[in-house]
Amino acid sequence: MATGTEPQQNSGGVRSRTRAAIAAPHLRTDRWWLAPACTAAGLLAFVVYSTWRAFANADYYAAPYVSPFYSPCLAENCRSMRAGPNADLFGGWWGISPAIIILIFPLGFRLTCYYYRKAYYRAFWASPPACAVAEPHRTYTGETHFPLVLQNVHRYFFYAALLVAGVLTYDTVLAFRDEQYQWGHMGLGTLVFLANIVLIWAYTLSCHSCRHIVGGKLKHFSKHPVRYRAWQFVGRLNARHMLLAWTSLVSVALADFYVYLVASGVFDDPRFF
Amino acid sequence: MSVVDRQEWDVVVVGAGGAGLRAAIEARERGARTAVICKSLFGKAHTVMAEGGIAAAMANANEHDTWQVHFRDTMRGGKFLNQWRMAELHAQEAPDRVWELETWGALFDRTKDGRISQRNFGGHEYPRLAHVGDRTGLELIRTLQQKIVALQQEDFKETGDYESRLKVFQECTVTRILKDGGRVSGVFAYDRETGRFFVLEAPAVVLATGGIGKSFKVTSNSWEYTGDGHALALLAGAPLLNMEFVQFHPTGMVWPPSVKGILVTESVRGDGGVLRNSEGKRFMFDYVPDVFKEKYAESEEEADRWYEDPDHNRRPPELLPRDEVARAINAEVKAGRGSPHGGVFLDVSTRMPAEVIRRRLPSMYHQFKELADVDITAEAMEVGPTCHYVMGGVAVDSDTAAARGVPGLYAAGEVAGGMHGSNRLGGNSLSDLLVFGRRAGWHAAEYAQGLAARRPPVDDAQVDTAAAEALRPFSAEAGGGGEPGPPENPYTLHQELQQTMNDLVGIIRREGEMEQALHKLAELRTRARRAGVEGHRQFNPGWHLALDLRNMLLVSECVARAALERTESRGGHTREDHPTMDRAWRNVNLLCTLADPTGGLAATDPARGQIRLARETTDPIRPDLLALFEKEELVKYLAEEELYE
Amino acid sequence: MSSYEARFQVWRGDERGGGLEDFTVEVHDGEVVLDIVHRLQATQAPDLAVRWNCKAGKCGSCSAEVNGRPRLLCMTRMSVFDRAETITITPLRAFPVIRDLVTDVGFNYEKAREVPAFVPPPGLGPGEYRMFQEDVDRPQEFRKCIECFLCQNTCHVVRDHEENKRAFAGPRYLMRVAELDMHPLDAAAETGLDRGRTAQDDHGLGYCNITKCCTEVCPEGIKITDNALIPLKERAVDRKYDPLVWLGSKIRRRPAGGRAPAAD
Repeated sequence: MATGTEPQQNSGGVRSRTRAAIAAPHLRTDRWWLAPACTAAGLLAFVVYSTWRAFANADYYAAPYVSPFYSPCLAENCRSMRAGPNADLFGGWWGISPAIIILIFPLGFRLTCYYYRKAYYRAFWASPPACAVAEPHRTYTGETHFPLVLQNVHRYFFYAALLVAGVLTYDTVLAFRDEQYQWGHMGLGTLVFLANIVLIWAYTLSCHSCRHIVGGKLKHFSKHPVRYRAWQFVGRLNARHMLLAWTSLVSVALADFYVYLVASGVFDDPRFF
Repeated sequence: MSVVDRQEWDVVVVGAGGAGLRAAIEARERGARTAVICKSLFGKAHTVMAEGGIAAAMANANEHDTWQVHFRDTMRGGKFLNQWRMAELHAQEAPDRVWELETWGALFDRTKDGRISQRNFGGHEYPRLAHVGDRTGLELIRTLQQKIVALQQEDFKETGDYESRLKVFQECTVTRILKDGGRVSGVFAYDRETGRFFVLEAPAVVLATGGIGKSFKVTSNSWEYTGDGHALALLAGAPLLNMEFVQFHPTGMVWPPSVKGILVTESVRGDGGVLRNSEGKRFMFDYVPDVFKEKYAESEEEADRWYEDPDHNRRPPELLPRDEVARAINAEVKAGRGSPHGGVFLDVSTRMPAEVIRRRLPSMYHQFKELADVDITAEAMEVGPTCHYVMGGVAVDSDTAAARGVPGLYAAGEVAGGMHGSNRLGGNSLSDLLVFGRRAGWHAAEYAQGLAARRPPVDDAQVDTAAAEALRPFSAEAGGGGEPGPPENPYTLHQELQQTMNDLVGIIRREGEMEQALHKLAELRTRARRAGVEGHRQFNPGWHLALDLRNMLLVSECVARAALERTESRGGHTREDHPTMDRAWRNVNLLCTLADPTGGLAATDPARGQIRLARETTDPIRPDLLALFEKEELVKYLAEEELYE
Repeated sequence: MSSYEARFQVWRGDERGGGLEDFTVEVHDGEVVLDIVHRLQATQAPDLAVRWNCKAGKCGSCSAEVNGRPRLLCMTRMSVFDRAETITITPLRAFPVIRDLVTDVGFNYEKAREVPAFVPPPGLGPGEYRMFQEDVDRPQEFRKCIECFLCQNTCHVVRDHEENKRAFAGPRYLMRVAELDMHPLDAAAETGLDRGRTAQDDHGLGYCNITKCCTEVCPEGIKITDNALIPLKERAVDRKYDPLVWLGSKIRRRPAGGRAPAAD
C-alpha cells in the first residue's frame, strides 16, 4: 500500500512464485524469432567468410587494389605492394597470414561495438532472445564481471579503428592508379573501394564512443559551440548505427571479395579510363 | 468492529496532484509529520494531463508584465466573481512558486538568454505561461514527486527510515473525514489493493482531490475526478462555493468515440492554430463579446500579425477565454456548420511547417496520430467542448486555505472554490496548485503544531459507521441495505449519471432540464443505495465505483441546484433562458451545504435532496485593486452601488 | 459505425494463482484495448482489476502485456489486430501480481529513492537560474518519461532474474541518473557525489547489456539506450577504464573516491 514495498528475494524469472501464474515463457504471437535468426545468419556468414579469407594468406593483392583484410600489412611475409600499405613491424618471425595481426583491431572494434553487442547478445546468447521473451539462463551478471567487463575498452578500439580507416582511405587513394601504377585512372574496383571507405568512415564516426568524445561528455554545450555541432553531426550518424554496421560489414567483405576475384584471375577489373 | 489499523500524523493531505504534493512539501518543511493519501500510484495524478503551462508574471517574454496585469486578467476571466484576495495572492506569488520549482530540478523551456520561456494563452495579456513543450503538468508533478523523494532521503539520513516524516499512502481512498465535535480528528480510508480499512489520526487535513469531471459523460478528466474532496468537505460540514461554474474546455477530441473528450491543448491556438467551421470560415470573429471588443482583432490580417508583433496588434479571437470559445463552437455546431463528427475544425497544418508542429506540439501530434489516426501536420483536427474543470469548490479563507466552519480542514487546488470566479484562465490552474497548495500546507502545519498535546481524539463510533458505510455495497445483493428492489450495477448507475449531467446540466442550461436533472438525481440516489458488487475487497473496481457514486451524486446535486438558482449567464454557467450577465449577481455567492448537518445520508429523504442552498454577498473589492481597472470596464461588471462606494 | 465480436483471453487471479479466462466482447470502431477492458468490467466482470487513469497515454498507469508485448492498454488500438485473432492480456510479468491485471510496482519506487536528488547550485537563488535550451534538451528528453515502468518490466536483467532486483536500478532509474548528470546546473560533483561513478557502483549499470528492449517498448519514444544508458557507460569508462586517467590518478595519488577529470 505504501511506497516502501520490499522486492521479493526469491530467484527465478517470469515464473517466480510471486509473479502472475503463467507457464509460457512468453505469449508473443508475432514472429519475434525472425530478427535474431537473421542476425545470427548474417553474422555467421561473415565469420565463415572472413575466417576463410583471413587464413588464406593469398589473393589479397591485385594492383592497384589491396584487400581491406590485409591492410596495413604488418609482417615480412606480406606481398610487397608498390607504395602500398606495407609496414614490416613484426619482422620475419610471423609465419601465418598477416591478416590476423591487423584484423584484431576492426574485429575488436566491432565485437565491442554497442550495436553488435546487442545483436550477438540477442542472436547467439539469447540474453534475451527478444523483448519479453524469457531467456534460458539461470543466472545473469551482464557486463559486471570478467570477461564481459572488457566491453568497456570499446573506446580504445575506436581509436585504433580511426587509424585503420585512415589506412583504408590511403588504399582507396591508391586505387586511382592502374596496374602499371600510373595515376589518374579508375576501374570498377575503385568504385567498390570508394563505397567501402565511405561506409567504413560513416560506421566508425557513428560510434557511441565517438559521440561521447566529440561532445557527449560535456555538461554545457552552450560553452562549446563547435563541439556541440560535431556532437549533433555524430548524433545524426549514430541514429543509423545499426544500418551502418551492417552495410559497412557487407561492403568490407565485398571489397575483399572483389580483390580476391581479380587476384585469383576469375575476371579482370573493368577499367573506365 | 473498530479494530482497524491506526496511525498518528500531524497533517494528512488527501490527493497527490500538484496542490497535494506542494502542501505536503510545505507541511513537512515546516516540521509537521505529513501523510499523503492518493487514489492512484504516486506520480499519476491528473495534474500530468495539464499541457499548456504555469501562468506567472515573471516578465521574461514581455517586460511589461507584472502581477497587477496578471490579477487583472484573472478577474476579467472570472467575470469579477473571483475571491479577489485569492486572485491577488495568486498573481503575486506565482513567479516565486515557479522559480522554486527550478531549484528542485525542473527544466522549463528556455528563452534565448537562458531564462524560463513564456508562451501566450487565452485571456492572458502577455506571454505568461512557463512551459515544457506540451507536457508542463508532467514536469510539475515529477518535480514535486522528486522533491518529496529528496525530503525522504534527508529523513532517511537522519532517522534511518524514508517514511518517518513524510509518507505517501498510494492507491488508498478516503471515505470520511472524522471529527471530534466541530474539529477535524482524522480520516477514514481504505487501501485499494487489499481492501483493508485504516484510520489516520491527524488534527489537520488538507483536501487536494481535484475536480468532479467524472460526473459528466464527455470530459477530459480521469477516473479519479469523482468529486471526493467536495463530498468529504460537505459531509464534514463545510460549505461549497459557486458549484454552478463548470468549465467546458472548447477543444476536446470528438472522434473516435473512445477518446471523446480528451483534451487538445490550448497551446495549439496560442501557437497559431485557428478554428474553422464546415464552410472553412474562421468563425470566432463573429463571437467577440462586447466586454472584450477592444482587446481582440477584427480581421484575420490583424490577428495573424499579432503572433509576430503583439505590441501593435490585437490578439486573435481564438484566444478569448475558454467559456467564450466553447459557447461559440457549440453555437456553430447547432447551426449546422459543424464537422462530420459534431465538432469544428482546429487547424495548424496550414499555419506552420510540419517540422515546427512536431517540435512545439509533440504530444498533440502523437495523441492524434495514435488515437485518431490523424496527422495534424497534414489535416485539421476535429474538436468540441469537453468538461474540464470546476471553478466551484470548498469555500476557503483566502489567506490560509482553511475551509469555513471546520477547524483543521483545508482545501487547495481545484477542490477549493473562489480563486477563478466564474471561469478559469488557462495556465492559472497550475499556478493555483502551487500558490495555494503551499499556503494550505503551511497553515495546516501551523494549526497542527499549535494544538500540541491537545489533539482531538478519534471517535470509535464514527469509525464503525464509516466502515459499515463502506461495506454496504457487498451486502446489497443480499438485500441487506434495507432497500426494496433489485441490486443495481454501479457501472450502469454511473453511466446514467454522466448522461444526465451531460445532457441536462451541460454547457447550455435551461430551467426545465435542470429540474428534470434533479428528479433523475433523486432516482439515482435511491438506486445507488442498492449498488451491489461481486467478489471480495481486494482491488475490486466495482466496489470502488460504488463508493465513489455517493460523492458524484452529492456533487452533481450541488451543480444542478446552484445552476438552477443562478438566473444569469456568467463564465462557466450559461443559461439559455437568462442569456446575459446580470450585474446584480456579480457580488452573490451561492453556498451549498448538507441538508442533514449530521452528515448521515441515510436519514435524509433521497427524493427531497441532500443539499441546501444559501446566498451570500461577497466582500467588496479593495479600492487599490479596483483602481487597476479603467472605470469604463468596471461599469460592465459592477453594480452601480459597488462603483460608488 | 461498424462493430464486431472479438475474442479475448485475460489473466485473472492473484498471488495464489490464476489463469487465462476467455471472453467474447463487442468492439466498436476506433477503440483501444482499455475500452474493451472497461466493457468487460461494465458487462461481464465487474471486479476485474486494472489500473488506469488518464486514458490518453500521459500518466503511464495502464501498463500490461498484450499478446505478450508490454504496452499501454490505452494506446493500443484494436485496429492493429486481426479481427479473427484471440487477444491475450496479462499483467506485467516482471513484478509480483496483486490481482488480475494489477501488479505491485513497489520495486520502482524503491529504486527511485536510491538515486540521490538534484543538488541545487550554491549561490544561486530562485529566479537566478540561467540555462540554455541546447543544454536542457538532453535531460528534457528523459523527463518526458511517464513512469509507466514498461522498460523496467521488459528489461531481462530483472524480468528473468529476480535476484538482480537488489543490485540493478533498471533503465528508468539509470536514465534518471543520466538526466541529473546532464542537468546543466546540478551541483552534485561539488559535494563530492560523482553520478557517473555511482551509476556503475550503486545502480548496477554494468548489468545492462544494451539489448535495447527498454527503448523498444517506451511509449514516449525516448531513446533510453542510445541517449542515456550508453552515454552513462561512456562516462563510467571516463572514470574507471581509461588507463590514462587511471595512471594519472595513481601518479598524483588522488583518493579513490576523488573526482574524475571534469567533464568540461
